[in-house]
Amino acid sequence: MKNGARRTWRLRLYVAGQTPKSIAALANLKRLCEEHLAGRYRIEIVDLVKQPQLARRDEIVVIPTLVRQLPPPIRKIIGDLSNQQKVLLGLDVLPGEPEA
Amino acid sequence: MFMTAGVRRPKRAPKRVGNGRRPLAKAPTGIPGLDEITNGGLPRGRPTLVCGGAGCGKTLLAMEFLVRGALEFNEPGVFMSFEETPDDLVENGRSLGFDLQRLSARRRLLLDHVRLERAELTEAGEYDLEGLFIRLGHAIDSIRAKRVVLDTIELLFSGLSDRALVRAELGRLFRWLKTKRVTAIVTGEGDAGHLTRHGLEEYVSDCVILLDQRVMEQSATRRLRIIKYRGSAHGGNEMPFLIDDHGVSVLPITSLGLAHQVSTSHVSTGVVGLDAMFGKKGYYRGNSVLASGTAGTGKSSVAAHFAQATCGRGERCLYFAFEESASQIARNMRSIGIDLEPWMRRDLLRVHSQRPTALGLEAHLVAMHRLIEDWKPRVVIVDPVTNMIAIGSETEVKAMLARLIDFMKLRQITALFTSLTEGGRAAERTDLGVSSLMDVWMLLGNQEANGERNRTIQIVKARGMAHSNQVREFVMTADGIKLVAVSRRSDGSVAIGSARGAQQQKTPGDKPVPRRRGRRQGA
Repeated sequence: MKNGARRTWRLRLYVAGQTPKSIAALANLKRLCEEHLAGRYRIEIVDLVKQPQLARRDEIVVIPTLVRQLPPPIRKIIGDLSNQQKVLLGLDVLPGEPEA
Repeated sequence: MFMTAGVRRPKRAPKRVGNGRRPLAKAPTGIPGLDEITNGGLPRGRPTLVCGGAGCGKTLLAMEFLVRGALEFNEPGVFMSFEETPDDLVENGRSLGFDLQRLSARRRLLLDHVRLERAELTEAGEYDLEGLFIRLGHAIDSIRAKRVVLDTIELLFSGLSDRALVRAELGRLFRWLKTKRVTAIVTGEGDAGHLTRHGLEEYVSDCVILLDQRVMEQSATRRLRIIKYRGSAHGGNEMPFLIDDHGVSVLPITSLGLAHQVSTSHVSTGVVGLDAMFGKKGYYRGNSVLASGTAGTGKSSVAAHFAQATCGRGERCLYFAFEESASQIARNMRSIGIDLEPWMRRDLLRVHSQRPTALGLEAHLVAMHRLIEDWKPRVVIVDPVTNMIAIGSETEVKAMLARLIDFMKLRQITALFTSLTEGGRAAERTDLGVSSLMDVWMLLGNQEANGERNRTIQIVKARGMAHSNQVREFVMTADGIKLVAVSRRSDGSVAIGSARGAQQQKTPGDKPVPRRRGRRQGA
């Protein structure tokens, strides 16, 4: 399990409309995933302007917030994800992690 | 999002306050005393800062503001807690007698716990607090909230590393709250020399309330002070307040003034002979009466007579006993033929016994205010008021007593205070402190002469009333206090005790009463 099966990364990005920070966060996230998790990730975008009730349910305060749903445990990264090193650290992804 | 707001409410904030100098609209808190000292409540549609040290009662005050808003003013509220979980809040609410769960179920209240642990967050780039805005905005809209509490939003500073950003966002938050037209309480915890750790007072400029808890003479006292209230008159004094199972109550320091209505009707003292001394009618309704004397002069008996007469008319009497328990008083009074128990059973008489040292002075007075407010007695007895002096300085006690008396006068409550004076000294001197507040002052005494002790009573003053100037002798019989007919010697002096027996001489209206055995006199 640990080394064998492919781990799928399920990521959810909370944004609030099309703000510069939200747009930047999504762009940064996509780039990072393609570089390090190509073919092994799924990104879901939650726009709190459209679904405000999710802010309370999912305990969101800061925008943008990236939540790693899978693999467990849940992790939260805030900001526009411009600091790639920290995002990798937060997601617990080893830089340039090779295919298992 | 908020288009269909309930516009039926009559109390709406003025459209634009600006510099139009329109009278400030206020949202009543419903907290006893607080609305009085703020002249109507908190600034409507604006945030108010409530600050103070740990455990000073900020959260409970804020909670009561929401609960009363929902229950009494049809204004639902959102409680956003950055510290306590909803379970904790429900538990705290219960200690004040509030059912937060029920209010939540009825959508009159929404509890939201915002958890922001720095250890659980990785910061990677620029961010803002839009999520909080959306979350709060949605909470407000979903129950059409008119009130909001943020307790305590300063924890954002410990949850996030970018202080400058949090600062800027807080400024934005408070401006945004105003556009939402909600009346908000924002709490902040202060430390030495600062109202709040992160300077929240810079953002909330309309109204700032400081709470404080300190220990004085072994008893904890809570105080509240309005530091700032833009556009509204406010007293800068510290007001004592109390938190108990009824919630928060503030005791205004300012006197209610002397504008109260005076009554011309009378209430019986419960002692026929004593009524006669007050022109046959007794005290004026709404008067404050002081009965002072040394130990064992019959002060409590005078009080018990008054209680019995009150209940006999079907009126409520609230008896604050600082020395004895209810059953002790009942037993003692039975020995002089006054049976108070039936009145207790019928709930016309309530005896509230408490050692004065159990609470601080202010706490006592606040508690007394509340009991009176809740139960609405027509007569209040404080036995003895001197025990309060034991827990506060004389000037303090006098100021607080003045407020209590004003408060009761306003409600046309007749009050009897007994006062224990030290033996050996002139009673008139020791009582000067409080007697000036009283309308009626009776002095009870034991006169020792010719190898016997005889009980006497005299009226030192009785405002606006013709009253006897005589020192009268009375006896304690199995039927209560009986005044003994005045008996004068040939030189005009009043003879008492055995001297009276030798000198018995009738005066109109009085009948001689044999010692220890009197005829029944109506209660």
